[in-house]
Amino acid sequence: MSQIIVITSGKGGVGKTTTTANIGVGLAMRGNKVALIDTDTGLRNLDLLLGLENRIMYDLIDVTSGRVPYNKALVRHKKHDSLYLLPTSQVKDKSAVNPDDLIKLCDDMKKDFDFIIIDCPAGIEQGFKTAIAAADMAIVVTMPEISAVRDADKIIGELGRADKENVKLIVNRIRPQMVEKGDMLDMEDINEILSIDCIGQVPDDEAVVMATNRGEPVIAMKDSIAGKAYLNIVGRLCGESIPFFKPPKEGFFAKLKRLFSMLF
Amino acid sequence: MLDLLMKVFGKQEKRSGKIAKERLQVVLIHDRASVSPEIMEQLKNEIIAVISKYMDINKNEMEIALANDSESVALVANIPVNSLRHAK
Repeated sequence: MSQIIVITSGKGGVGKTTTTANIGVGLAMRGNKVALIDTDTGLRNLDLLLGLENRIMYDLIDVTSGRVPYNKALVRHKKHDSLYLLPTSQVKDKSAVNPDDLIKLCDDMKKDFDFIIIDCPAGIEQGFKTAIAAADMAIVVTMPEISAVRDADKIIGELGRADKENVKLIVNRIRPQMVEKGDMLDMEDINEILSIDCIGQVPDDEAVVMATNRGEPVIAMKDSIAGKAYLNIVGRLCGESIPFFKPPKEGFFAKLKRLFSMLF
Repeated sequence: MLDLLMKVFGKQEKRSGKIAKERLQVVLIHDRASVSPEIMEQLKNEIIAVISKYMDINKNEMEIALANDSESVALVANIPVNSLRHAK
């Protein structure tokens, strides 16, 4: 039984494509056969994050327009050989694919894959509607920032109107020190406001930038904290119950020190 | 000196994370309350149906709308009553 997951956010730049790449690699590392579909037509990036930009022959539009079968357009990952990318076109625009095209394509691909993961464009227009059409699960990516949470709320509303019931949340780029000081929305705030099931809390990590530079998703970097967070997300997607990391409680001396620093 | 005293004894300045949360809660009330005209019309008709069971109301003069200030959203209805029905 294969699962079709769409990664969406509303706001741009919160890490949809990074999340797609990492979840894809993570699921493939567990031995699943995974296809990633980039639907951000005109702003193609998933290929870069996976280091596959030089191996693209055909794209999503070639497939949906019937020019080539999908297996001809799929690009196999070098390291993780059960991971495939269906890149999108860099020259066409988002109206080149419609919801029915994607539903039909995913239906065809289901027999070959355990997971199909769709990277959604930013916004709530046609591209969004196309990307979510075939999905049986939606993951909303947001950041602990006022505009990103507002847009996530809007997207959650749109997903509800489209009768998508299985909606999960990932909060990306959390800065624990700022949260501790009270200068960043914390998970409790975000959960209270959005009230959907959270499956991931990813800390802001320089390793993500370095991984992107190299075209190797951070989940494969064993000692990065963001990589660890993505591994946990993949585990939760596979039905494991993994507790969220909680920062250690402030000790007695730290409290005393803080009290003193407040007084003097 | 006053500043220091304020810091020690006075109210602590609100952290920006808390401000963000409060602003979000307000803005989302507004966002979520942007109901489509069709739903407003439907709501209006159902309200008329319920109230008409108890009172004779002027449907044409009736007004119903979402009103909001900076902190809350209210459903405001102005329903002129022609006459009350007899209690049974």
